[in-house]
This record gives sequence, C-alpha cells and structure tokens, in this order.
Amino acid sequence: MNGAEFVPLSLTPLLIGIFAAVACALPGNFLLLRRQALIGDAISHVVLPGIVVAFLLTGVIAAGPMMLGAAGAAIAAVILIELIRRLGRIEPGAAMGVVFTTMFAGGVLLLEQTDTSTVHLDVEHALYGNLESLIWLDATGWASLLDPVALSYLPAELPRMALTLIGVILFIALFWRSLKISTFDEGFARTLGIRTNLLGLGLVITAAIAAVAAFDAVGSIIVIAMFICPPAAARMMSNRLEGQLGWSVAFAVVSAVLGYVLAGYGPLWLGATDAVSAAGMIATVSGLLLAIAARFGPCRHRAGAPAGI
Amino acid sequence: MLWDALLLQMGYNATLVAIGATLLGISSGITGTFLFLRKRALVSDAISHATLPGVGLAFLVMVALGGDGRNLAGLLAGSALSAMAGLWCLNWLTRRTRLAEDAAIGAVLSVFFGFGIVILTVIQTLGVGRQAGLEGFLLGSTAGMLWNDALVIAGGGAATLLLILLLRRPMTLVAFDPEYAAARGISVSRIDMMMMGLVMAVTVVGLKIVGLILIVALLIIPAVTARFWTERSDMVVLLAGVAGGLSAYLGAAVSASAPNLPTGPIIVLMSFGLFALSLLLAPNRGVLAAVLRHLRFQRRVHLRQGLLALAQDQVIYEPLTLRLLRQRGLLRADGVPTEKGRARAAKALRDEHRWALVRSDQTHEAAAALYDGLREIETVLTEDQISEIDRRIGGPREVPA
Repeated sequence: MNGAEFVPLSLTPLLIGIFAAVACALPGNFLLLRRQALIGDAISHVVLPGIVVAFLLTGVIAAGPMMLGAAGAAIAAVILIELIRRLGRIEPGAAMGVVFTTMFAGGVLLLEQTDTSTVHLDVEHALYGNLESLIWLDATGWASLLDPVALSYLPAELPRMALTLIGVILFIALFWRSLKISTFDEGFARTLGIRTNLLGLGLVITAAIAAVAAFDAVGSIIVIAMFICPPAAARMMSNRLEGQLGWSVAFAVVSAVLGYVLAGYGPLWLGATDAVSAAGMIATVSGLLLAIAARFGPCRHRAGAPAGI
Repeated sequence: MLWDALLLQMGYNATLVAIGATLLGISSGITGTFLFLRKRALVSDAISHATLPGVGLAFLVMVALGGDGRNLAGLLAGSALSAMAGLWCLNWLTRRTRLAEDAAIGAVLSVFFGFGIVILTVIQTLGVGRQAGLEGFLLGSTAGMLWNDALVIAGGGAATLLLILLLRRPMTLVAFDPEYAAARGISVSRIDMMMMGLVMAVTVVGLKIVGLILIVALLIIPAVTARFWTERSDMVVLLAGVAGGLSAYLGAAVSASAPNLPTGPIIVLMSFGLFALSLLLAPNRGVLAAVLRHLRFQRRVHLRQGLLALAQDQVIYEPLTLRLLRQRGLLRADGVPTEKGRARAAKALRDEHRWALVRSDQTHEAAAALYDGLREIETVLTEDQISEIDRRIGGPREVPA
C-alpha cells in the first residue's frame, strides 16, 4: 500500500482510533483500581439521550452542541446515581443499573419519536460508530501532511480527539501524586489534606469527557472496551502504577491498529469483498489481548494468593 | 385508545405482546431479585451483552445449513451458548486473576458485544438469508411477534418460574449469608451457577421483547423497587414479580396505543416510574417517610429544649420552639408559661436530673446507654427505680425565681 492510498483512506481513522483508545485507557487505569470500572459502561449508555436532546434543542447535527449534551447527560447520570444510592440506600451497582438503563431507554424513545429519517442519527450509528468513514479525501499522499490547504480539510474528529487526549494526559500529570495516593489509600490521602471527593469527581468528569469525545468519533463499543480491557490486561503485567499505565497505553495502541487493520483488510485476505466493523474489531482485539495477558501475564494473581487457586 | 390496550381490546397481535411481556416481566423481576440480593446486579449486564455474538453465529450457521436464519428457537439457542461462554469468562477472570468482578463484567460485556457487532456486519455484507430484524435483538422488536414466539416466551418464562420455586430456599440462603449456607452443606458456587443460568434464561427469552440492552433494566429495577417496601426476602421476591409484570403489561399497552412508541424502552420507563414512586413514597425506606421522621425528631428536640429553658427561666428566641410551645398550650401569646407549661417544664428538668443520676451510676449502665436527650425516663426504668432515684435527688426544689 502506498501513501496515495494510505494517507487519505486509513491514516486519519487509524490516528483517531489510537487517540480515542489511549484517551479512554488512561483514566480507565484509575477507575479499574478504584473499583469503578463500570462507570465507563454507564457513561457510554447515558450519552445517547444527551445527544438526542441536544439535537432536538438545536436542530442541527453539530459536534459542539452534541458534545455539550452528552457531557451534560453524563454528569446528570453521575449525580443521579449518587442521589439514588444515598436516598434509597441501595448498593452502587444496582443504583448504576437503574440509572443507565432508564436513561438509555429514554434516549431510544426520543430517537423513535423524532423524525430521524432525514438526519444521520440512529441507534446503530451511536453503538458502532463510523470510524471507517472518517477519511481525509483531500490528501493525495504523505506530502499532504505539510500542505496547509489539504490539512484544513482534515476530519474535525482528529484534532478534537487529539485535544481530548492532551487534556486527559494533563489531568493525570497534574494530579499524579494525589491520584496515586488516593487510589491506593483513600484514608491516608485524606489525612494528607487531599480533597479525595473532589479528586474522584474530577477523575469521573475527565473520563466522561474522554468517553464523549470518543463516542462522537468511534461509537460506544470502543469506549467501554478501552476503559476496561487495556488497563485490565496491563494489571496482569505490572505491580507498579507507572508500569501499568505504560502497558495499558501500549495495549490500547495495539488494539486500535490491529483491530483497524483486521477489520479493513482481514476480510479481503479471506476473499470477502467488504470490511467489517472497525469498532467491533478493535474491541475484539483488546479482548484477545486481555485473554492472553490473563493467561500468561507475570502478575496475574492477587498478591499473596498462591498460584492456581 | 390506551383504555382499549389496557383491556386487551387492540386485536390479536397486541394481546399476544401484552401477555408475553407480562410473563417476561414477572419472571425477570423474580429472577433479578436473587441477583440483587446477592449484590451482583450488574452481572446481568455482561450476560445480556454476551448473547449478541451467539445470535449472529447461530444465524450464520442456520444460513449455511440452508435455512433462512430466522428460526427464533435456533437464534435463542445460539444466544444461550454465547451467554454461557461469557459467563464462563466472567467467572474465570474473577477467580483466577486479580481482576475485581466489576472489571471482569466490563471486559466481558464490551468484548462480546464488539465481537457480536463484527459478526452482524459480516452478515450484512454477505447479503444472505433474511437478516432484516436481526438488529431487533439489540433493542427488541415486539411488533412482529408471532404465535410461535409467544409460545417460546411463555414456555421459557414458566420454566424459569418453576425452577425458582424449587431453588428459592438455597438461593435466598446463599444471597444473604454464603458462609452459613456453605456450613449447611450447600455448594455456594453451584447455586450461584444455577442463579446465573436462570438469569441467562430470562435474558435469552427477553431478547425478542426488550432487546439485549434493556433486559438488564427488567432484571434490576423491579428488585430495587420491591426492596423499598419490605424487609422480608420472600416478600421482596413476590413484589418484584408484581412490579416487573405490572410495568411490562402497562408498557406493552401504552406502546400499542400509539405509533412510534417502541415497546422495550416504554416498559423500562414504566418500571422506572414504579421505582421513583417507591423511592419517594415507601414507608420506612422512602424519602418522604425519612423527611417526616426528621421533622418529627426536630420538633421533639425543640420542644424538649424549650421546656428545659422554661424551667430554668431562660428567654426563648427560637421561633419554631415558641410556636411549638404555644400550639400545645404551654406558653401564652405574651411569652409567659401557662400552668400546664410550668408543670411540664418542671417535669422535664426533674427528668434531666434523674437521667444525670442514672448516667453517673454504674448499676444503671444499660439504661444510661439509652439516653439520647429525648427518651422519656418512664420508658426505660420502672416506677420503683424512679422513686428510688427521686429519693436520692431529694424533694422537689423551688424553680429559681
């Protein structure tokens, strides 16, 4: 494959996929260690009503209002879960289940009620994403990367996803020490004067922003899979947080690249004519990586537990 | 229109849907309760997402064998197999690795769902069979329910209910106290496996009506709703069945009464409606009851403090205290205590002295622990004990002028 084909058709979706995967996997590490891994799942379900409401209010399919709507819905869901958990004294898992299924149902109902035949807004799209369609038609080859005219026609998802990734990295870098301490020993963190509640909320909001940006570009499957699978696989590879973070980024990148390539070219190698869902394939690859890490990783058992129990 | 739907007057198909949905609602509500009591509510999320690749693969297999791939029993068998595989992965990850259960749930649900989507796109591009409607498994599609589908759902629902009836004792025991259950010789892991099998059965049966994403709601929400109303586990199970059946029936009726009202989401929203009502109105555990309890407590504290202030001739400024004292005829409008108020105030002060003595006396340790500033001393000590304390305090003293 040469640059004239690769750059316009595959480079941008590949980069967007990588950025989305890493942006989700990084906060996923902390969520995993804090036993909040399913927040990603909940957020990706509640984003749907947010997007539909934003569409109903503005009447346009534009990234700005939709991301605002999605972020609003995510925050509303987090607050609602907390409220129901406290008011009803229900365990967190069940409270989460009540909220995200209801909000998702509301989103589907709103979608069915509005006339979506004229616009590209449907449940399948929201679930699968459309990574394959984020192509850069104005590029002619590698030289286009230096061509300002062609660059101005880059899919808007690419810079947005890159910005989101930078934001996520900044958040983790800025609060690294506090995040690390409060993740492993919340009580100790509090005695050091770290506002653990605020920090936890910040983490969830960061995760929500990453989820919303990635959701917009690549659909909800990747979001859920990348929040959990790369960090979970990385957990089997290292006992140190730094090591785990590094491994999770590597797993996320490998999942994105391998998944995209397999989805795009795998069927061709097998003699079929059409590609399969890239988002689904990326999730599948991340699952395979997790399976391998869980079977052969050096740190796969609980500390102190003898192997084989 | 809605009335007709509620009374099953909307024709054969709508009636079929309503009955099928109600049966599903009852069995999912009851099954979900055990999951909820075992604190594993979200396992249902993993199980339901794990059904998708099975549906797709079953379709492909049936097409390869020369069918049109839409045989419901075949699709359900496929979904059951892949849900089992997902459950096995979930158990393996939780037991054999350091991953916590929530992470394992998330990993299983996202990977299986992703793989299912890959298979669905394969089916789309192959262009074989009649794949239209296969997407219905995502969000449910009841409109086209046939007599055979209804039979599968009714049969599956009845079978799960029967199994639950047989297994309810060990499942309840395991849900509340796994250690005790193990000590009684019950295999906790086997009961857990059976419970998951039941959840899987309900999920597979429910795919056709509410779809694999929303069946989770029918497993979780009725159980949480029922928990508000009772402390007894068998009542929770029963009420969850009622809540699930009621929301499914109402949801099916509402969605039949107008176009563009998809059955699955409407059922879920009905179910949430019942949940919200319970959260607000339930006795003891409800929000309204808690608010009332707080208000009652607040008034008792204010009244008590007001009486003590009266007894010690302090001026009361607090408006709520003044209002409460006046309402009870203990205080005149000009702020002077009535005869009754004086008597009650003196008694309140004397009770404080009595309590002080009780709390300083080792022999009354148990009674002293009950002191919270509000409890009437007569409810804790006998008359003899009180007169003994009074003897030690001495005769009535003058309230300082």
